[in-house]
Amino acid sequence: MRPFTYASASTVEEALAGAGADSAYLAGGTTLVDLMKLEVMSPAAVLNIDTLPLRDIRHDHTGLHVGALARMSDVAAHRLVTARYPVISQALLHSASPQLRNMASIGGNVLQRTRCGYFRDPATACNKRTPGSGCAAITGYNRAHAVLGTSESCVATHPSDLAVALVALDASVLLRDRAGERAVRLADFYLLPGDTPHLENRLRPGELLAGVTVPPLSWARRSTYVKVRDRRPYEFALTSVAAAVDLRGDTIADVRLAAGGVGTKPWRLPAVEDALRSRPLRADTVKAAVTHAADDATPLSHNGFKPELLRRTIVRALLTLAGRP
Amino acid sequence: MEDSTESEVSRRGFLARSAAVSAAVTVAGGAVPAGATTPVAAPPGAGPVEVTLRVNGGTHRLRVDPRATLLDTLRERLELTGTKKGCDRGQCGACTVHVDGRRVLSCLTLAASVPNRPVTTIEGLADGDRPHPMQQAFVDCDALQCGFCTPGQVMSAVAVVREGHTGSDEEIREFMSGNLCRCAAYPTIVAAVKQGGGR
Repeated sequence: MRPFTYASASTVEEALAGAGADSAYLAGGTTLVDLMKLEVMSPAAVLNIDTLPLRDIRHDHTGLHVGALARMSDVAAHRLVTARYPVISQALLHSASPQLRNMASIGGNVLQRTRCGYFRDPATACNKRTPGSGCAAITGYNRAHAVLGTSESCVATHPSDLAVALVALDASVLLRDRAGERAVRLADFYLLPGDTPHLENRLRPGELLAGVTVPPLSWARRSTYVKVRDRRPYEFALTSVAAAVDLRGDTIADVRLAAGGVGTKPWRLPAVEDALRSRPLRADTVKAAVTHAADDATPLSHNGFKPELLRRTIVRALLTLAGRP
Repeated sequence: MEDSTESEVSRRGFLARSAAVSAAVTVAGGAVPAGATTPVAAPPGAGPVEVTLRVNGGTHRLRVDPRATLLDTLRERLELTGTKKGCDRGQCGACTVHVDGRRVLSCLTLAASVPNRPVTTIEGLADGDRPHPMQQAFVDCDALQCGFCTPGQVMSAVAVVREGHTGSDEEIREFMSGNLCRCAAYPTIVAAVKQGGGR
């Protein structure tokens, strides 16, 4: 780990004033400390923001509001979340390990870096870590990598399960800087890699992710998160699907779908949503609707299974919801 | 150990001195160890920071390198070597301790980031000479082979009971999944969690 200066902020204003061009905010530390040890991230200054009053979890007429420093485990277990947005709770409980969920913050989860093994290994080429150095994954071992939203510069997946659920629910992130606060839809917050994969989102230098807002969606009570992985607990997704259905009788009045493990960012599936509206929630209609779910996919040498696995994961998520009250 | 005396050479002390000697030999020979990091100038102000750690009921005022993890500080500064360094990357759970009564990974926690917050390590579980019921359960169920992951397993197991996740073997396995055991003593670990949790 490279040397850094260390300080703690006791107010948001102090944090924003203390942030510099080469500084990093420290919350739970599960990404930052890990990547500093690997020397993938080497900030000159670390500013601890963990005691800032950004931990509230509350619900009002404008939706669910989660402070950026709320812990994954606390959000997953919160009655407002389990009752109104089960897909969020399930996505969190399918993430990481219990110890990591006790540490990791919601803001940090949304901002976590890819698990691409080449990104994490400074001895290899990676355009995301070292712009212009190349991409070792495209010609290397890429079974876990993305098939949607990729470029010739980068094929790394976004690793967050929570972000997949949040994109399905049209959530926004609240970003604060010295000038004030702005809300950005999470789906727009993340950037496709293109030829600048080191730019992952719209967060400006020194800007602080203060919280997440999920707009009201009464029928999100009927929602679920299905995650397919090589071992059941404590593993990142090969594919995952966040699904919510507004069911009238057996007819799909409205639906939300987003996928993880397949895209360079959480991947909303609007064409499949369109194909499902006004259709009955049955195996035959669902299977027909997912036919074109991965038409844009460009599989790599080791992940040709992902488009079909994605289609099947969508079907399983939707049929799981068919049986629910 | 009750029968140890000051003149006796402890295994840990011996290993530490041997390592120092071999490092000195390496430097004297002029060889650069493979994989050594290129020295970089530290940014101004990157010196030690003061932190007060509250561990197992005791208070320790320390000056620590900001880079020092809670794990390394417990082991190297406070000589609480019960907490183990496995992967040092937050993947194996061997370093599990409790901070504010919640289980966390001490390898991904900077010591400077937990001032004045109660930390419990494996050394803080027993009541004098009486092992914690979960420690006794691990002994009774033979829930280990090599034992290296055991302190982390026990700290997680105590937390699993406190969190109320002992409803079934399946639930115990799910909520113990952050603690790897390369000897694969998992069946007896599940049995120990059940016994230690009074199930």
